[in-house]
Amino acid sequence: MNNELKYLSRQAALGKLSRRTFLGRAGALGVSAAAANTMLSTAVHAAGPRKGGTLRIGLQGGSTTDSMDPALATNTVAVNLIRMWGEPLVELTDDGGLQGKVAESFEASADAKTWTFTVRNGITFSNGQSVTAEDVAATIDRHSGEDTKSGALGLLRDIKGVRADGRNVIIELNNGNADLPYLMSDYHLIIQPNGGKDAPDAAIGTGPYIMKEIDMGVRFVAEKNPDYWGDLGHAQTIEMLVINDNTARVAALQSGQVDIIDRVPPRTAGLVARAPNITVASTAGPGHYVFIAHTNTAPFDNPDLMMALKHGINRQEMVDKILFGYGSVGNDTPINAAYPMYQEIEQREYDPEKAAEYFKKSGHSGPVLLRTSDNSFPGAPDAAALFQQSLKAAGIELEIKREPNDGYWSEVWNSKPFCTSYWGGRSTQDQMFTTAYLSTADWNDTRFNNEQFDQLLIAARAELDQTKRKQMYADMGTMVRNESGLICPMFNDFIDAYTDKLGGWVEGVAGFSLMNGYAAQRMWVTA
Amino acid sequence: MSLLLKLLAQRIALGLLLLFLVSILIFAGTLILPGDVAQQILGQSATPEALANLREELGVNDPPVQRYFDWLGGLVQGDLGTSLTSGKAITESIGRRLGNTLFLAFWAAIIAVPLAILLGLLAVRYRERWPDKMISAVTLASISVPEFLIAYVAIFFISVRLRWAPSVTTINDSMSLGEKLHTISIPIAVLTLVVLAHMMRMTRAAILNVMQSAYIETAELKGLRMFTIIWKHAFPNSIAPVVNVVMLNLAYLVVGVVVIEVVFTYPGMGQYLVDHVSKRDIPVVQACGLIFAAVYIGMNMIADIVSIVTNPRLRHPK
Repeated sequence: MNNELKYLSRQAALGKLSRRTFLGRAGALGVSAAAANTMLSTAVHAAGPRKGGTLRIGLQGGSTTDSMDPALATNTVAVNLIRMWGEPLVELTDDGGLQGKVAESFEASADAKTWTFTVRNGITFSNGQSVTAEDVAATIDRHSGEDTKSGALGLLRDIKGVRADGRNVIIELNNGNADLPYLMSDYHLIIQPNGGKDAPDAAIGTGPYIMKEIDMGVRFVAEKNPDYWGDLGHAQTIEMLVINDNTARVAALQSGQVDIIDRVPPRTAGLVARAPNITVASTAGPGHYVFIAHTNTAPFDNPDLMMALKHGINRQEMVDKILFGYGSVGNDTPINAAYPMYQEIEQREYDPEKAAEYFKKSGHSGPVLLRTSDNSFPGAPDAAALFQQSLKAAGIELEIKREPNDGYWSEVWNSKPFCTSYWGGRSTQDQMFTTAYLSTADWNDTRFNNEQFDQLLIAARAELDQTKRKQMYADMGTMVRNESGLICPMFNDFIDAYTDKLGGWVEGVAGFSLMNGYAAQRMWVTA
Repeated sequence: MSLLLKLLAQRIALGLLLLFLVSILIFAGTLILPGDVAQQILGQSATPEALANLREELGVNDPPVQRYFDWLGGLVQGDLGTSLTSGKAITESIGRRLGNTLFLAFWAAIIAVPLAILLGLLAVRYRERWPDKMISAVTLASISVPEFLIAYVAIFFISVRLRWAPSVTTINDSMSLGEKLHTISIPIAVLTLVVLAHMMRMTRAAILNVMQSAYIETAELKGLRMFTIIWKHAFPNSIAPVVNVVMLNLAYLVVGVVVIEVVFTYPGMGQYLVDHVSKRDIPVVQACGLIFAAVYIGMNMIADIVSIVTNPRLRHPK
């Protein structure tokens, strides 16, 4: 880069030169608009965060019926809101490791059965109260108690006891678990005064912002918490709008009413990115779209039929036509490179001949019934139709039944023997397997029942030797791939978009969309 | 006059009876919906323990008939009950949403109704000539295109390209009236286009019907101006059918604009109802259903009453 350009981009970053002028001058120096934009965003980044201003964010997934109680959080809007006012004990780092939040440090006993978290010194809740170890213990108690409604309960079932000891919180487990700190990063487990037992939905926590206006499913306003201990939160005000309609959300970004949005539809992401002032950012994650069969129900209890179906799906075609390239091929396991202990397993390819062979061996005749709906994942009915075509080449007939969106999760998913669905993924292999593939799991939506797998899963939890542990997870992955009712054609990327009014986007942050839900706190308003 | 009062009382009593029947229908309808509220609140992250705990707390284990009469009893005392999902009083949260819906409907109606009637009158005045044909063509075209398409096209040009008005129309209390009106200007325009044709066509047809009468010919022979004849002699006699259509469209503006609300992210009743249906929050769904039914029945009642009052033949039935 020549000196003049460097100078110009720094001027633009400092706000002394308008973006338009910069792009014009850069063009005059023979730099393409795309390159100049990249240059500018790099310079903006290098100039460092700018404090103040209002950051406006448009999100999908909120509903009037949501609650501010973190125990009841289920959607993206709730996750992003929780990140404003509250914090868990620990949080993921950008590359999927762990960092302390309310906990300053944490350590395990040698058998990983006893964990000690030390509460950060001198931090306060937004109501001025100091954070004590008792508050933390009460929080864990509230989410793991017998009568809780918390979505985190499943994760915490193995906890035997929690107690506060000075600034330390000591958690004792029935079985060793090397991943306990990962469980503590769950977004439900926000540290609240007295664990939120008195006022679960008061939105009082240790986060960088304080909620000012709350209109469920419509609009939220948060102001910077002046006493926040950490370095998050650059904008003075964050305004969050719930915009559930895809087209409306994209239009709001294009017309400058919001600065950043999530869930850009893959179909239109390419078009949105064409606008010079908009950046579309795609982040690989653990989320995946699935076709799931109950292997304890005929005809899916026939392993040869399952294998025929697994060989009869064209994964690359699905990535190209359903995700429009914003994703990667699956391998019939729920695990991909987004997981910390990932080890590669041989990729299964589309092979109609092999599929036909297995189908013949299975002795099954007649069509196979697949249920699908629009909300089981974006483009699910289309994916089902592609699956139908690719199976046809193997001489297998797939019958597709469209189900209504309404009631799909209670009436079809985890209830009917073969349907389309999705998983958001979890932060560790242990969590993902425990949630959906352990034989006793509530959401064992493939009815996977393998004693060896269950034993390996428990053993891997307490295994502190990373190499051995990695191998154990790879073995479990292979079992799921070959023996379960899971057909996983693709992992979907998160597609977010922001305008050039914002700086500070970081590529490839692990966790959820929008930089694991921290985009509003970590980005800043440049002008 | 006492006859008129009796007629009005009859209408109102009939309306209330209808409302009662509708409430039973709504309740039966909500029972048929698949899935239950606890499952829907906790979503995919529900554990069996959490589900059982929540069901117990929400009281959805009681028999339906008992739940219905409990609710009806509260309703008579002006209490819509508490939302199962938020645990808050419904009256308060619904009030704000209803206010927003009425706000949008009011401003759309203020523009659409006079405009439709005026266009109808103009179409009659220039019958079978180009203004008539143009008005018919434009309004029929706008009613034939699905409303979400008009909305998206309007957003693309007015909001994204020209940046005259916002596409996200979330209004809030800190806005002044002027700001609010600017915010909802595109939805008002779209709604106007959607309801215009129906009212305009009915005005035109009703007046044309009257225009065949002998007394119109007399007025013409007196040498009155065409527009005066239409406005003073024809229009009053065709008010009944026009009012009927106007009221139907007003009711539509209140209860039928969920698509517009979603596209423009407007915090009105439609979205509120849909959210609660998908969460199986029966008390809220019933409250919304009842309010919607009341609006429809009320509007139709007003139309009936106006017809009776403006038509001496109906006022004195044989």
